[in-house]
Formats: sequence, structure tokens, C-alpha cells
Amino acid sequence: MDLATILQILDSTIRLATPLLLACLAGLYSERAGVVDIGLEGKMLAAAFVSAAVAALTGSVWIGLVAGIAGAVALALIHGLASITFRGNQLISGVAINFLAGGLTVLIAQNLFQQGGRTPSLTGGARFTPITLPFADALRDVPVIGQLYSVLLSGHSVLVYVALLSVPLTWWVLYRTRFGLRLRAVGENPAAVDTAGVPVTGLRYAAVIIAGVLTGLAGAYLATGLAAGFVKDMTAGRGFIALAALIFAKWRPVQALWATLLFGLLEAIANRYQSVELGGIVIPVQLMQALPYILTVIILAGFVGKAIPPRAGGEAYVKER
Amino acid sequence: MERMPKWADAFLVPLISLLIAFVISGLVILAIGENPVEAMRIMVSGAIGSSYGWGYTLYYATNFMFTGLAVAVAFHAGLFNIGGEGQATLGGLGVATVLLSFSWPHWAVALPAAAVGAALFGAAWAAIPAWLQARRGSHIVITTIMFNFIAAALLNYLLVNVMRPAGSMDPSSARFGAETVLPRLHEILGLVGIPFSRASPANISLFVALLACVAVWALIWRTRLGFQIRAFGKSEPASVYAGISPFRITMYTMLISGGLAGMMAINNVMGEANRLIMNAVEGAGFIGIAVALMGRSHPFGVCLAAILFGFLYQGGAELALWTSIPRELIVVIQALVILFTGALDNMVRLPVERAFRRFGRRSA
Repeated sequence: MDLATILQILDSTIRLATPLLLACLAGLYSERAGVVDIGLEGKMLAAAFVSAAVAALTGSVWIGLVAGIAGAVALALIHGLASITFRGNQLISGVAINFLAGGLTVLIAQNLFQQGGRTPSLTGGARFTPITLPFADALRDVPVIGQLYSVLLSGHSVLVYVALLSVPLTWWVLYRTRFGLRLRAVGENPAAVDTAGVPVTGLRYAAVIIAGVLTGLAGAYLATGLAAGFVKDMTAGRGFIALAALIFAKWRPVQALWATLLFGLLEAIANRYQSVELGGIVIPVQLMQALPYILTVIILAGFVGKAIPPRAGGEAYVKER
Repeated sequence: MERMPKWADAFLVPLISLLIAFVISGLVILAIGENPVEAMRIMVSGAIGSSYGWGYTLYYATNFMFTGLAVAVAFHAGLFNIGGEGQATLGGLGVATVLLSFSWPHWAVALPAAAVGAALFGAAWAAIPAWLQARRGSHIVITTIMFNFIAAALLNYLLVNVMRPAGSMDPSSARFGAETVLPRLHEILGLVGIPFSRASPANISLFVALLACVAVWALIWRTRLGFQIRAFGKSEPASVYAGISPFRITMYTMLISGGLAGMMAINNVMGEANRLIMNAVEGAGFIGIAVALMGRSHPFGVCLAAILFGFLYQGGAELALWTSIPRELIVVIQALVILFTGALDNMVRLPVERAFRRFGRRSA
């Protein structure tokens, strides 16, 4: 395997990790605030469809992006309504949201475009185009470092950089701001936050809405950056891989980056090779596809370090009277 | 605080939730420019207007009874088994393994064996998440989701690389053999002189599913284990205090749950396809969640809800055939049912409770 091949695989790793990373951070905000979110998949799917549909109709990817985020936030608000206001089961709400998105996207796509539940192919301004970072062309011939910079880091669409910048931003918000402290506290011990006079409901809604925005970005990237349009079920389990990455990262932002890059790498390799030979043993492509899930099970079981979720996760808070 | 009467809890609240879900579904149909009344007419005539439609409705209902019971049993123990899809996939593998390993002389011998194989494989697939929850504390919801994906990948691998007959391009197993073909509903009803469509896939598995409903009812409300499962589901600390082992209950419940989900395979794999194909479960494992929620985890409710979803499934297929409404409408209805009977339960329950309280005070 030569350097060019490795660079190509790493390049597609970054592309494939981006939606995972955004969705993973979405889950991080939500779950750190004590609202378990297995509806990441559905919110991403909804955003993918809405952004592609609006971009196709208006010709502007930016209007599409805003609409996609709005779509994901709408589903996030349903999740908030069910799990915060009406204290329903957060898991069941997440399942419902996944199905709602899975069905509605195809239904509306078929109604709008009559193309079997897909949007027309996006071209020109209706798609996110690659951005060339400064000096990328000048540094192209510098061995290794220049190549890494110009091939690997440069030339992605803007949402890739948004996703990468979200990591330090999330870290800063979570660990260096009052909002972040309260957000983490509300996921561990909501009663204490309530006693301190901070509204639990408001914080949890804020977290759920942030999750909506981030899944909106993830979905929009899938349909208008990674692909050129929406196709039925295009998230293909990415919401669950993001959930897996979240557990893998033990609900921490920087580790979320590494986890999603790892899962992105697995996907990139599985896309490129039908089977991988490792020391004489042939690893079938299906194993590569299942590996994120298997790794998550192993991590979750505490065989490789223990993953402890936020303590109040999944429980509705009932205010004392 | 006076609670509402039992009948309101068991029937009125789910009925109102269901009504809301259907009204919104109607609005969705209206929004995409179709006529909801006409859509309903097509669904009714397509799903229950002929014995052909009934055959498909009951075929789907059989699948949903198994997966619905699987979710319901786990709910009683306070466990949420989202892994019905994977367990049913493995159940199919169990059926195929049993039926391809021997040359069976007659379906009556093959059916119990295949059912046991399906249940064992499904139970085994549920046992790992159960064990991980009970011994290692990993959340069963996440692990069962992961196991759905792993099951899909595993079956994909086995069908492409192992089970595919030589020379076949199709990623599916060999046919099981003519002796193992299960009697279809028209043959069974023909015995008592009732004419029934010959084209529909409903088969003898329907009766196995109905038997399973009765068996689960007996298990939950008439056995010691059922009592322990319910006690554990109501309050884990209290049940531990009463000497019930959380490990034992988690394992037993999930083994039963996975076994039931796996047994779906006698209907779709053995009864319909007569070979193991890719993605044979078609989301029935997830519909089990909606069925269990709507049926309030009671086997009788699950049975009714499964027939309703069978109706929706077949009706939705007819709708896709005759109108421009795609099949995914059913997924939307399914989502709304899960949302309103499950997650937004309190939205309906609390006002109903309040109404009963006010009414109760006035009459007292």
C-alpha cells in the first residue's frame, strides 16, 4: 500500500467521520443533560431530506442547511415534549422519532418529486463544494507534511471544518462555562440543580435543541456534502454508530473525535476493499461493517475500561412540591 | 388520590391515543393531497375485503404476534428489548439450520423441530445482551440495538459465503424441501369447508402464534416465574428483598423474549419463503414494539394489536398499489402509534385521570 492510497483512505475517513462526529456531539449534549437520545438516526435522516429537498427547490445549499436544521430541531422538540414535559419513556420516544423520520421523508419526497422517495440530484449551488485551505496548493509538493495538509485537511466542504471545530467548542462549553457545568450537573443530579434555583426543564430543553441543531448539520452534510441528494434511509444506521461512538468516548468530546474517526476509518476501509487480509487471515467485509457495533458491546461490557453513563440519564425529573 | 377505573386504563387511554395517531395520519394523507376517506376505503377493502386480503393480514399479524409478545414479556420485567429484529433474523438461521440438516419426512415433524431451532437461536441472541446487562451492567437497549446490526452482518456473511448453494448468484439458502412446506390457511379451512384464497401466505404458524399468546398469558399471570417477572419489573429493590434474583429473572425473561421473537421465523422463513433470504424480517421486530405498547403488554391486547398492524401492513401495500401513497405511510402510522401510546402516554392519561377525578367527586 503506497502513500497515495493511505492518504485516499484517510481522506475518506474524515469525510465519513464528519456526520458521525456531529451526531455523536449531538448525543453528547443531550445525554450529558440526562436525556437519552436514540433518535439521532431519525433526526439526521429528517435533516438530510429537508436540506436536500429545500436545496433542490431553491437552488441554495445554505437555505437547505437552515431548513434541515429546522427539521431536526422540530423532531428534537417532539423528543423534548415527550421525555421532559410529559415525562414519557425517552427510549420509546427515540424509537418513534426514528420511524417518523423514516416514513415521512419518503412520503414527502415521493409527493414532491415523484422519484421513488428520493430528491433530484443536486448540482452547483445546491451542494456544498470543497474548500481549499490557504497555501494548500503551494504546500502540495512538500513531502509528507505538505501532502497531509493539502490532501487530507484541505479540500473538504465547510461542514467538515464546522464539525472539527465543534470538538474544542463543545469541550469549552462543557468544562469552562457556567452553562456547561449546569448541563453536566442536570444529567448527574437534577435535584441539586433544582435546589440551586436553576430550571431543570429549561436546561434539558436547551440540550435537546442543541442536539437537534448538530444532527441537523450532520444530516445536511450527508445529503448535500457527502452525497448529492437524498435517498431513502440514507443514514443507514449512522445515528446508531454515533451512539456507539458516544459510549466508546465515554461521553467526552475529544474522545468522541477519536472514536468517530476510528469508525470512519472502518467504514472507509470497508468501502474500499471487499475483504481485508491481515497476517494470512482474511477478514470479511461484513465483519468490518459490524466492527463498530461489536467494539461498542465490548466497551459497554466494561472489558476495556468501564463506560459509565450520566447518572440521571433516561429519567424524567419530577419537581418536589 | 383516586385512580381511574381499570377499564379506562386498559381500553380508554390506548383508544384515545390510537385515535389521535390515526387523526394525524389522516392529516398527513390530506397534506400530500390524497383523500383520507378514500385511502381508508382502499385499505379496508384491500386488507379485509377479501379472503386474499385476510390471508395477507393474518400472515403479517402472525409475525407481529411473535415479536409483540417478545417485547411485551420483556416489558413486564422492566426490560426494553429492541433486539427483536436481530433475534428474529437469528431465528431464521435456526429454522434453516434445522431444516437443511436433515431430510424431514413430513411437515408435522419438521415444524416442532424448526420452532425449537428458531426459539433456541433467537434466545441465544438475546442471552448475550441479557447476560451483559445482568452481570456487567451494560444497558440492554444499547446492546440489543448493536446486536441487530451484528445479526444483519452475520446473516449477510453466512448467506453470501456459506449457505448459498453452489452456482447460485442469489444470496439465499437452498430450498428446504417440499415435505417441509407448511399447510396454508386455505388447506386448513378447506378441511371444514370454508373457501379461502389459495394465493395468500397465511399458514399454520398463525395457530402457533395464538397458542403462544395463551402460553404467555399463563406464564405471566399463572406461574411463579411470571409473578417474579412482574414483581421485578414493578420494583427491583422490592423483588430483591423478596429473594428474587435479578440475574435469574433478567436471563429467563430475555431468553423467553428472544425465543418468541425467533419463533417468528417459522412463519416468514419456513411458512412463506421456504428458504432463508436476506432481510426476511422486514422490520417486524420493530413493529413488535408498537404492538406491545398498544396491547398494553397483555397477550390479548398484543393479539388484537398484531391483527390491527397486519391490517395496516396489508392495507398499506394495497394503498401503494392503487394510489400514489407510498408504503412508508405505514411506517408513519407505526411511529405515531408508538409516540402516542408509548412516549406521550401521559399527555392522554393525565387529562383522562383528571376528568375521572372531577366526575367521581361530583357523583359522590
